[in-house]
Amino acid sequence: MAALLVFLFACPLFLSDRMLTILTTMGIAVVSVHGLNILTGYCGQISIGHSGFMAVGGYTSAILCAKLGWPFWAALPCAALAAGMAGLLFGLPSLKIKGFYLIMATIAAQFIIIWIIIQLRSITGGTDGLLVPKPVIGGISLSSKTNYYYLVMVFVVLATITAHNIIRTRAGRAFIAIRDNELAAEVMGVSLWSYKLQAFFIGCIYAGVAGSLLIHYVRFASIEQFPFWDSVWYLGMLIVGGMGSTAGAIFGVVALKLLDELVTVAGPILAAAVAPQAAASLALITHGLVIIIFLIFEPRGLHHRWEMIKTYFRLWPFSHQEIE
Amino acid sequence: MTFFLQLVVTGFAQGMVYALIAIGFVIILKCSEVFNIAQGHFVLIGGYLGYTFLVPLGLPIWAALLAAIAVAIAMGLLIERLMLRPMVGQPVLAVVMMTIALATVLGGLATLLWGAEYKAYHGLLPTITMKVGEISIPSESVIGLIVSVICVVLLMLLFRYTKIGLAMRATAEDLQVVQSVGIKATTVYAASWVIASVVGVIGGILLGGVSGANMDLALIGLKAFAVVLLGGVNSIGGAIVAGIILGMLENVAAGYLDPLLPGGGLAQVFPFFVMIIVLVFRPHGLFGLAHIERV
Repeated sequence: MAALLVFLFACPLFLSDRMLTILTTMGIAVVSVHGLNILTGYCGQISIGHSGFMAVGGYTSAILCAKLGWPFWAALPCAALAAGMAGLLFGLPSLKIKGFYLIMATIAAQFIIIWIIIQLRSITGGTDGLLVPKPVIGGISLSSKTNYYYLVMVFVVLATITAHNIIRTRAGRAFIAIRDNELAAEVMGVSLWSYKLQAFFIGCIYAGVAGSLLIHYVRFASIEQFPFWDSVWYLGMLIVGGMGSTAGAIFGVVALKLLDELVTVAGPILAAAVAPQAAASLALITHGLVIIIFLIFEPRGLHHRWEMIKTYFRLWPFSHQEIE
Repeated sequence: MTFFLQLVVTGFAQGMVYALIAIGFVIILKCSEVFNIAQGHFVLIGGYLGYTFLVPLGLPIWAALLAAIAVAIAMGLLIERLMLRPMVGQPVLAVVMMTIALATVLGGLATLLWGAEYKAYHGLLPTITMKVGEISIPSESVIGLIVSVICVVLLMLLFRYTKIGLAMRATAEDLQVVQSVGIKATTVYAASWVIASVVGVIGGILLGGVSGANMDLALIGLKAFAVVLLGGVNSIGGAIVAGIILGMLENVAAGYLDPLLPGGGLAQVFPFFVMIIVLVFRPHGLFGLAHIERV
């Protein structure tokens, strides 16, 4: 674990700019997916609007920095809070509905949020987007790729630690109880009303932080950074990595982002060999197929596979643990 | 007044498109309790198939229709066998993600095969245009109406008079009982996917013949879910009525409110507002069965 951390923070010393960009975007996605994992993986409230909640966070922090001249460090918590509030609002239907209906409500949330951002043209810049000043913390400019990479990694570590620990608190146990059996949880004295909204709030706070990090990384806020399909892929990352596990969220992000990179590399080759549109279709088809394959053959995700490999080596040369 | 009526009539046309997508959705849902996000993509594939059979291959209309239906049957069977069969008994998230993945794969295939371009084949299909006073009735609405009505009548006959139809209704009622009397649930699932895919593809061909096929057809699929929810997820008639209501409301609202809003584009999100309102106040929709579950 420590070796991994040292490695992560030593990365900029020997990696190229391109690799750093990939790692930074991965880090931002990890923060976001941790939030979705708490909401969907632990509390069982499925959300396909996560990218919309990221947009709330991203735009809040962009407006605070660009229009009101707030420093980055002050805008970020506000962004998180704003996204959390949006989560609370759109989490309200979850008190009455679940399963597919909740999925539909969150899809609606995604489209409504983006539409509202377009409507508030005077403060968000509408479809033109919004330029964001360079982020600075305590006199250190974070505009260089390396510095921003460090910032994102700090947040990834923080997000992972908090996500891991939230689950061990009273609220975390309540989330799991709600996911496993709502009725039983209610009978045991878990207030569905309060804990479902808490899950939405916490999950969307992560989304807000990730959205803010994304906006300041690109230094430009536009609705194209928060497409509907991102919400779907975040859920896909959770499925590939393994629902309801902090490590799974990281595995999923890394796996799907690597796939993205593979597609970006393979796309032009295919486009030249087969047809110009092959590159665009390749991304769609591979993403879809990976999720299909995982759903059929490994619904518990990479995390489960990883645990099995660890167990295998721990017990080697035996295949079972001896019960004493 | 003319403006208002024109909006209503255009909305009617839009509503019929929604209804077509919603019917296929409801059939799958009724029989196998699967929420098929990819229903809009069936329409998309249908639109492009119509183009392929009519323009580059130059088939006559009846042959093109038959060929497209054959492809749709094969597609429905394949999808059910390869993707949905392993999902029987899985949690709702897994099933929905499966159909989302299916939607992306179908979208990717459409991009690969047809280049995600706008393909029009006007004039090949018989079009019906009507004018009442100053209001022109778009042929989408006439065709949409005709196809929806034919589909509904055929489906009602199927459900009422055939063995598989009876099996499908029974499966919708109670899976365990159906299995205990020896009806193969998998056959019923396969039949429902085939029907949904055929309905989607036929709708796609007709829409493609009127307004051309492009990737937007799949996006309409998402908006059609508002229709499904409004009409009640398990009511075919409800899907049609709600489709018409929503199409009209959307057009009227956009027609009158868009000039007042700085960003416009109300028609794009209107169904989603309806969706949220329906979900909060009447989750089972206008004509759906209320599932009472006390928590």
